[in-house]
Amino acid sequence: MQSKMKESDPILEVENLSASTDNLPILKGVSLTVYPGEIHAIMGRNGCGKSTLSKIIAGHPSYNITNGDIKFLGENINSLEPEERSQSGIFLGFQYPIEIPGVSNLEFLRVSTNARRKFLNKEELDTFDFEELVKEKLEIVKMDHAFLSRSVNQGFSGGEKKRNEILQMALLEPKIAILDETDSGLDIDALRIVASGIKKISNAQTGIILITHYQRLLDEIKPNYVHVMSDGQIIKTGESDLALELEEKGYEWTDNFIKET
Amino acid sequence: MVNENLVKDVVKEPYKYGFVTDIETEKIEKGLNEDIIKLISQKKEEPKFLLDFRLKAFKKWQKMKEPDWAALGYKKIDYQDIIYYSAPKQKEKISSLDEVDPKLLETFDKLGIPLTEQKKLTNVAVDAVFDSVSIATTFREELAEHGVIFCSISEAVKNHADLIEKYLGTVVPASDNYFAALNSAVFSDGSFVYIPKGVTCPMDLSSYFRINSGDSGQFERTLIIAEESSSVSYLEGCTAPMFDTNTLHAAVVELIALDDASIKYSTVQNWYAGDEEGIGGIFNFVTKRGKCLGKRSKISWSQVETGSAITWKYPSCLLLGEESVGEFYSVALTNNLQQADTGTKMIHIGPKTKSTIVSKGISAGNSKNSYRGLVKVGTKATGSRNYSQCDSMLIGDQASANTFPYIKSQQPNSEIEHEASTCRISEDQLFYLQSRGIEFEEAVSMMVSGFCRDVFNQLPMEFAAEADKLLALKLEGSVG
Repeated sequence: MQSKMKESDPILEVENLSASTDNLPILKGVSLTVYPGEIHAIMGRNGCGKSTLSKIIAGHPSYNITNGDIKFLGENINSLEPEERSQSGIFLGFQYPIEIPGVSNLEFLRVSTNARRKFLNKEELDTFDFEELVKEKLEIVKMDHAFLSRSVNQGFSGGEKKRNEILQMALLEPKIAILDETDSGLDIDALRIVASGIKKISNAQTGIILITHYQRLLDEIKPNYVHVMSDGQIIKTGESDLALELEEKGYEWTDNFIKET
Repeated sequence: MVNENLVKDVVKEPYKYGFVTDIETEKIEKGLNEDIIKLISQKKEEPKFLLDFRLKAFKKWQKMKEPDWAALGYKKIDYQDIIYYSAPKQKEKISSLDEVDPKLLETFDKLGIPLTEQKKLTNVAVDAVFDSVSIATTFREELAEHGVIFCSISEAVKNHADLIEKYLGTVVPASDNYFAALNSAVFSDGSFVYIPKGVTCPMDLSSYFRINSGDSGQFERTLIIAEESSSVSYLEGCTAPMFDTNTLHAAVVELIALDDASIKYSTVQNWYAGDEEGIGGIFNFVTKRGKCLGKRSKISWSQVETGSAITWKYPSCLLLGEESVGEFYSVALTNNLQQADTGTKMIHIGPKTKSTIVSKGISAGNSKNSYRGLVKVGTKATGSRNYSQCDSMLIGDQASANTFPYIKSQQPNSEIEHEASTCRISEDQLFYLQSRGIEFEEAVSMMVSGFCRDVFNQLPMEFAAEADKLLALKLEGSVG
């Protein structure tokens, strides 16, 4: 199965990536390749660079790439704007989704969806057609229609914010989704909803990177690979049982690893 | 750090209305004295009471000092270097629109305000004012059938002198302030509206003010009277060409609402704001005030202020009638070197009066944007209530925002609530929207219009859409 996957071209290639913010190095040579159909988990202590990696892939302006490349579908995207990355199919699910007061969630979702559709040469949707589409997608995350008329993420509970992220993922149909601690702050029921949503949206053509601290998300969505990050580097890569081992032994266990190539 | 250059780019905006109409005008000489005032009055064939009104105002003005309490800095205005009357040359008597100079019609066409019978806007009556005179007023006959008078104030002086004499200067007396006194002395044209008892005005009324001449000031005067149980929605728009000199605009607007009457007055102000270095632009010193004279009367101001180099403007309500209601909804956007000192006064005089203030200030570039408001509750205003909300949004790190709320209550049995906030468009918000495929500039304008939502909701439908567009345009190329 693994080898068959790799016959196709990778979706995402992160090659020896180093990055800094305010001259402070955060990533120190990260390499990661995601093929269609693969699910990767990245684990590690707070501050190890997991979230930074996800933000840099999405194009956050606060970080400078000091070395290495990010390739998406074979093209170098180091200098692309965040909106261009999104339009071409990179999705970042935020650990802390941002509140945008006064901007209606429905309108935000529609503008966002249309930006992606435009890139795909699909017809842009008017408010009526979009209503139809969004109704269908709301089912996936079991969200109430009332969420659409509220301001983006404003006054949403932690779980509602995360479901709203997955709703966006469902609408944007990305080639690769990087989900940054999507499981944090979720109760068991919400976690199941979110996990089943992710599974419904992904398929053999898409890639997923799950950034998480907890095994419980990985019980729901079984990863092909687990990477352990520490101090801006991936220090160990294994299959899904690595996560179980990590759960059992804690991050202290990984402190003794030297970076594996 | 938000990218500074990007911010600058978003706020850079081409001014669409900066053209000059090449037309022969009749101008009087520069300067201001009694003879000039007599000349203006004579040109307008005014009755004696009005000339007296002007001369008295002029005497007062001479004794007054230009106010300096606003948070504004500008070069002293030389009042003797201004032309106080400038009108496009036209036939003496114009009996129909066909006789209006096509260049003028074309000008208003270009501004999106077609006036001719075939093209005129169908849902709103327009009074078009060009420099010192009113060019045309549409739908007059249709409105007259309902007893509604909608005409230029000059015509009202001729045809409805009794109403003018009764109400002019009763809300904003000439002695009110320096600019009101100046306006009372030299006002040239403006709009007049009279809604008779029990009539709901069948369509929105609007005035469009166009400054064309570079060296003359515009001093328009608007008077709206809503009799018992009547209601009207009035819209005001304004633009001016791009000159590298400053042009003075000192208007006075007076509204009077009797028992159970309601007046909704909406403004989209888009005077030329000057260039990026702050050269040129309109000096906008305006006194707008409404008097809720009758019981349960209501006056609602909504304004979207995006233009002018200097804005000095405080649309206010005098709440005299029992249970009368005053409202003020404002969006003021400043960019580059624009300065705005704007807000409102809600004066609660009668019992159980209510007022609401919602102000949204957006400052970008090196601009300065201040909210200044007074809520005053008098001894007789028992059971009165005010709610104020003043929010400021900063774009970039060179702009400034101030809030100066003044609260004076002489009535313990009243409620005054004030909320204020300042926010900055954060990089995280921008990144969030961008990471959802939304272009940078669209993200900024989405957030700005989100910020203004409460006010836009108060605007008449067509206006709201226009205001949204205008804001996006003003911010084009400015954020980062």
